[in-house]
Amino acid sequence: MILSVLLALPVVGLVIVLFLDKERHVRQIQGVAIGASLAAFVWSIFMCMAFATEPSRGPMAMRLEYQAPWIPSLGIGYHVGVDGLSIPLIVLTTALSLLSIVYSLRITVRVKEYMAWFLLLETGMLGVFVSLDFFLFFGFWEIGLVPMYFIIGVWGGPRREYAAIKFFIYTLVGSLPMLLAILACYFSMPEPTFDMVKIMQANPMAGAGVKAALVFWAFFLGFAIKVPLWPFHTWLPDAHVEAPTAGSVILAAILLKLGTYGFVRVILPMFPEASARFADYMAILALISIIYGALCAMAQSDLKKLIAYSSVNHMGFVILGVAAVAARGGVMASITTRTTALNGATLQMVTHGIITGALFFLVGVIYDRAHTRNINEFGGLAKQMPLYAGIMMFACFASLGLPGLAGFVSEFFVLTGSFSSYTLITCLSAIGVIITAAYFLWMIQRVFLGPLKERWADLPDMDWGEIVATAPLCVAMLVIGVYPKPLIAVMNGPLTAIVDHVTRLAGLG
Amino acid sequence: MVSPFFENLAWLIPLLPLLACGVLIGWGVKLHRKIGDRVALIAVAGIAIPCVIAWGILASRVSQTFGAPHEAGTHGESARETIEGPEPFEMAVEWAPLGPLSPAVLSPVTRDLSPAFDGRLKVGLRIDNLTAAMLAMITLVAMLIQIYSIGYMHGDERYPRFFAYMSLFCFSMLLLVLAGSFLVLFAGWELVGLCSYLLIGFWFQKPSAASAAKKAFIVNRVGDFGFLIGIMIIFFHVPSLDIRAALAAAGTAAFPPHWVAIAGACLFTGAIGKSAQFPLHVWLPDAMEGPTPVSALIHAATMVAAGVYMVARISTLYVVPQVAELEVFAGLTSLEIVRYIGIITAVLAGTIGIAQNDIKRVLAYSTVSQLGFMMFALGMGMAGWVAGVFHLLTHAFFKALLFLGSGSVIHGCGGEQDMTKMGGLRKAMPTTFWTFLMGTLALTGVPLFWAGFWSKDEIMAASWAVDQPVFWLGEFAAFCTALYMGRLMFLTFAGDHPRDHSIHAHESPKVMTVPLTILAVFSVGLGWLGMPGDHNLMHHFLGSSAPQIAEHAEHAVAGGAINIAGIEFEIVPLCVSVMAAGLGWLLAAVIWGWKLVDVPRLKQAVPPIAWAHNVLKNKYFFDEIYHATFVRGTLALAAGCGLFDKYVVDGIVNLVGWATTRVFAGLARLADTWIVDGLVNLIAEAQKLAGRFAAMLQTGRVQHYIAFSALIAALIAAAIYVLGGHWI
Repeated sequence: MILSVLLALPVVGLVIVLFLDKERHVRQIQGVAIGASLAAFVWSIFMCMAFATEPSRGPMAMRLEYQAPWIPSLGIGYHVGVDGLSIPLIVLTTALSLLSIVYSLRITVRVKEYMAWFLLLETGMLGVFVSLDFFLFFGFWEIGLVPMYFIIGVWGGPRREYAAIKFFIYTLVGSLPMLLAILACYFSMPEPTFDMVKIMQANPMAGAGVKAALVFWAFFLGFAIKVPLWPFHTWLPDAHVEAPTAGSVILAAILLKLGTYGFVRVILPMFPEASARFADYMAILALISIIYGALCAMAQSDLKKLIAYSSVNHMGFVILGVAAVAARGGVMASITTRTTALNGATLQMVTHGIITGALFFLVGVIYDRAHTRNINEFGGLAKQMPLYAGIMMFACFASLGLPGLAGFVSEFFVLTGSFSSYTLITCLSAIGVIITAAYFLWMIQRVFLGPLKERWADLPDMDWGEIVATAPLCVAMLVIGVYPKPLIAVMNGPLTAIVDHVTRLAGLG
Repeated sequence: MVSPFFENLAWLIPLLPLLACGVLIGWGVKLHRKIGDRVALIAVAGIAIPCVIAWGILASRVSQTFGAPHEAGTHGESARETIEGPEPFEMAVEWAPLGPLSPAVLSPVTRDLSPAFDGRLKVGLRIDNLTAAMLAMITLVAMLIQIYSIGYMHGDERYPRFFAYMSLFCFSMLLLVLAGSFLVLFAGWELVGLCSYLLIGFWFQKPSAASAAKKAFIVNRVGDFGFLIGIMIIFFHVPSLDIRAALAAAGTAAFPPHWVAIAGACLFTGAIGKSAQFPLHVWLPDAMEGPTPVSALIHAATMVAAGVYMVARISTLYVVPQVAELEVFAGLTSLEIVRYIGIITAVLAGTIGIAQNDIKRVLAYSTVSQLGFMMFALGMGMAGWVAGVFHLLTHAFFKALLFLGSGSVIHGCGGEQDMTKMGGLRKAMPTTFWTFLMGTLALTGVPLFWAGFWSKDEIMAASWAVDQPVFWLGEFAAFCTALYMGRLMFLTFAGDHPRDHSIHAHESPKVMTVPLTILAVFSVGLGWLGMPGDHNLMHHFLGSSAPQIAEHAEHAVAGGAINIAGIEFEIVPLCVSVMAAGLGWLLAAVIWGWKLVDVPRLKQAVPPIAWAHNVLKNKYFFDEIYHATFVRGTLALAAGCGLFDKYVVDGIVNLVGWATTRVFAGLARLADTWIVDGLVNLIAEAQKLAGRFAAMLQTGRVQHYIAFSALIAALIAAAIYVLGGHWI
């Protein structure tokens, strides 16, 4: 029930918002939106405590489970539950939704619709993370799409319509094969069901047949577009550039994680053999994403595009870790190395969410003031906006993997974990770390250092709303970076179980 | 046993500077407004207390090392002598769980595949004699430099911020030195890089400073790339990140020698970056854009020595494959790579130093060159190990002294850094001159009294025994050292008055000259601890931290085990060293002191000299070559990727989108016209026809209606008859 309440809280807020008058009750609408997202956040913390107190029923077992028949004749059930993999992502979602809504108080156009869409979006994202039934999973997956389409399309930049449609259609192109693959799984079960836990245990796609391959690639496409993995990434820069600040934050911090979450929740445990068969391709695409994303980021002069490409770069590490779990080759690969890689990959989802979320907020800060995001037009802002420069550099260093901050921990574990599975690919990926440092530092130099340009001599520093939105993220970066044990301890159990499961079923040495 | 009172406080050593940093970042500006420059005392206190603890640790370990009843060294000349010191002191906490915490969670199939690693990654601190010596040196030098900065940075806009960054640096550097695991080592390693970035770019409004900061960080990252790979190799062989565990495992079945060699070479890449060795030395001279105390602390005494420290700490990884003579790259073993990179650096930087005019840049190249000396000392295995570390310690003091002295000179000359505009400062700045002279004599290796002589001579003696070509190259570098330092002394301090009349030199305040004096004392005195003899204190103290290798392996490693009495006294290398230094000084005096040679005319007369001077002045064109290849190349590649992404990858997406809409729109139009519309029209037409047909029936005549009704009735009756009437 805890999870159902969690899903319902934003919807309750949404319903109240819909009943308020869009012109006279702007304040109230904002209040309700903040209240609902705050309630969801507090509830998610409560959920963590309930999660911790519920005794574990085995390494792969879900907790806080709730199961009810929905359309029993078709094997569709309302089945929700969480484990150590989804818990951190749920808290990340509620936290960033709250911060985004707080930051969005500066939105003045069509506030009612904006807040309504945001609350719906939150439920959609949370739904994906808690669903244990494919029917439900797919439903929430698609629900997340619509609000983002409107957020980009209505409150976006000059090319918003193009970006919104591209985002929508591209993701839809991915969901269609995924739907077919879900149906294939459904019909392959001895007793047709959409229940993800049952499908995983039954392993209906065992063997090396064409069907297994098709189903694997169908899921792969759906998730890879969302991640996004090279070469399916080009919707991302456009969507980011056109989306309003909070939209970019949610897009980068949470929506991309739906894809990587799918890799860990669906692809690895449900198709272990196919994953092992195609792990090499995943690793190569991950490598290309890492290097190519970093190089493209270096070529950008739009701050938002730079960070969008840095997401391609960073999400590549997640897929590299996933591929390392299922890799057949690798002399030294052991259950420990594979789990290390998967721990790193999952942690990277969280840390990238925190860091890139903060970075997009910070880009919004400067765009609101200067009305440009062109890196080359800035210069010397560290003098004019010392606090902003400090926080921005903090987030950039977290992103480029400075030890002591969150980004380092996850990338370090992905690299050390993947090394034994894919020695050469991992070493080449590590080059991405150099390029990442180069483009961030180059950006910092052009924006903040050097003499202050006359044009920017009256820019005010960050205001309280902006500090409130970014400071908690910075604190989280520091805490995770210095002492990641509590967070990794939550994830390690189920991830070990997944690796164990994959290793056993795919017959990996 | 002395109680480990100070060792138990070791965790405070890095923590207090961090605390000072936090206070200064949070409240520094407000405090500065209220209490003025005294705000810097927070930073000074933040390093002074660790300094006390560090010297306490050193004292306790010294007394344990020398007070122990079993007296090593009694066996005299026997090379085989494991030098025992007090046990290392360790602290560790679990940092992250990685993988199965107990085999019970695994399925039986995979349980057997799980290695020895218990799934808990620990991080920790470790203190042995080497660490203790480093801690004492770093805290003392850092404290003196912090005090000096109170005066040097006076009046700077971001005064408290400077001390905050310096404190952050102290934290990072002490963390690096205390590291018991590779993870902590790497964290400290990167954090000192961050501080270096922040402090080189402290005056960020100067574009050159901003560029230099970026360059330093990125070049270091290139080295760290190798470092990271080295760590990965170690983790999956050992499997642990604990340094001691890694060294213990080196050469065993779990961590075979060829992997040890590769890991060592990779880790050395990190040291190449951090310690500014060829070919990644290019960042250090540019780093002189930072304030001078930064150059003294970070870019002379401590951070740049971190690479040397790391190689010293892990030198087992170089010695073990050396025993098996495993080649890593181009027919060289990893130990030889260390040695040759070191000597190339020493010579390269030494020659460049001769042709520079900026006083800080001369010192920077001198630092690079000296780091090369330390590195090639370590690259001689056991023979040079103590010598390398010893030189690290002495160099820290006299190079810090020289940089602070140059800062005093620059301060006194109103910010001028060009030596050709200086002169005659001996009278105007007596304390600076005398302390600077002590540092210079130590650096150039003038015999007997000065520290640099003892440490450098030991390196030369070791190389004489191990690798003669390297010995001669080293002596050439030593000659260059004397030459450029002599040039610096003559140009700056000799003569009667400053050449540029705009300079009105004055002595610096006490807060700056007192640290200079203290450093000068160490620059002289420290060398006496390492005098060769039956009981070499340095060898005895540091020897316990040196790589321990098995007895049978000794003959393969040059120099055998660490000899407690130090390198055997050899007259030839000593004489050559003295002559090299003397020649250098003499040549400097002839050209720049007594001015017996007219340099411009000489260059005109002998073109090769002009040509050589040009090459040296331009630092062998490294910057230009790197810019044309790596920098330009990367930028071009990035631009190419950007365009490729925009026009090809996204182009395909847009093309597919466009084509789809076109095809579907076309199909839809056809379907619309012929099928959808056609169907509608068809229905309409059909109704029309039906209507016409029905209309024909509506004749208005009764008999027609009756006839029609009868026909229908007959049809129904026939139907009932045929179907049998079941369905009614």
